[in-house]
Amino acid sequence: MRYVDEFRQAHLARGLAGAIAREADPERQYRLMEFCGGHTHAIFRHGIQDLMPENVHFLHGPGCPVCVLPMGRVDHAIQLVERHDVILCTYGDMLRVPGRGRGTLLKIKAEGGDVRMVYSTLDALRIARDNPRREVVFFAIGFETTAPATAVALSQARAEGLENFSVFCNHVLTPAAMRGLLASSSGPVSIDGFLGPAHVSAIIGSRPYEFVAREFRRPVVIAGFEPLDIMQSVFMLVRQLNAGRHEVENEYTRVVTREGNAKAQALVSEVFGVRHAFEWRGLGQVPRSALRIKEGYGAHDAERRFTVFSRGNPPDARGCECPSILRGVKKPTDCKLFGRGCSPDHPIGACMVSSEGACAAYWRYRRFRRPSVVAESPAVL
Amino acid sequence: MCLALPARVVTMDGNGMATVSLGGITKEISMILVENVEAGDFVLVHAGYALARISQEEARRTLSLMAEAGLSESGAL
Repeated sequence: MRYVDEFRQAHLARGLAGAIAREADPERQYRLMEFCGGHTHAIFRHGIQDLMPENVHFLHGPGCPVCVLPMGRVDHAIQLVERHDVILCTYGDMLRVPGRGRGTLLKIKAEGGDVRMVYSTLDALRIARDNPRREVVFFAIGFETTAPATAVALSQARAEGLENFSVFCNHVLTPAAMRGLLASSSGPVSIDGFLGPAHVSAIIGSRPYEFVAREFRRPVVIAGFEPLDIMQSVFMLVRQLNAGRHEVENEYTRVVTREGNAKAQALVSEVFGVRHAFEWRGLGQVPRSALRIKEGYGAHDAERRFTVFSRGNPPDARGCECPSILRGVKKPTDCKLFGRGCSPDHPIGACMVSSEGACAAYWRYRRFRRPSVVAESPAVL
Repeated sequence: MCLALPARVVTMDGNGMATVSLGGITKEISMILVENVEAGDFVLVHAGYALARISQEEARRTLSLMAEAGLSESGAL
């Protein structure tokens, strides 16, 4: 078992497509939001939408940390390099995200700024050890999946007395964003159920989503990222909706438990607290939706250590529909800029920058395809 | 961003590190976030860290649920 090919077998996919087609009630619509950019990408890459009956719809959620980070935070990162001459380390995803005036970290790097792409926080620590006379800042982004690696780096830096290392923390929280979406009054988001995060849930477990079922009466199925995982999870959601149930179910049991990874959770809560509120592109200010570095690690908090000018968040480029796309209200093809000025080579909005963004997925996998035609009967599959 | 890949643990190297094999490529990763992992186990690797051990038993169970769903009612497929 290699845990990849087994979950991509065509004969099982055909069987599941048939099962979903039989189970889905033609009299109703199923609007299922995949929260994660990883799911969005897999749905397009493997053509899963085309295997669904036409009344099963995927709404693409805000689960792409690059896409939801407001431009002002990118500006702060740029300022750290330009004004404070730090070595700024970050994951590759952030380099091309435009800030104010379409400036990016990549552009700053081309102009001589010391911006370094790292694969792991372990690399950022090494860079700090190798450059004791320079300030090294790790520009941390990501959901609960990625936060433990940042927590390890902070705890390691404190233990080693690595005084020149700090973190610009932009970690965001999934359950809070789901609440933000469901409670949102700005825009008609109609979601019947959620495909729940895979790897976020490996860390936090399935329990934190139980409020979605309890308070908002929507089913959640924690879904793995392989195509069969997604199809099986759709099948489970359709069944719950047909039966009028709204529970948290777990399809991804090979990795996710209800309690999650206790060791990682303990590390995260040792180092991080929860911010009162944090701005998300598309959702606005969302209460208790992001992490901040605790006092005890304050010496390694770039926000305490460096003064940056906050000029607020510049407005999105004119015509850019990223905010509505991130809430699942609009499709990328509803945006006037899609393919007309905004493409992965010249992204205007963040949803086109990140390979997990809904716009990038549309561009890459459906650009030249006509609207999907669903097979009338699963038998022809 | 939340991409994580299954990898087989080749050796536990001490100091919280391990060598894993990702489809033939070997890589040194941190095991500091997981417990009870041994050489031969599969783990989910994200940004240089193992996040979880992958349960073979559960993987098999999920695959058989998928096969079962595909067979239900019409055996034609």
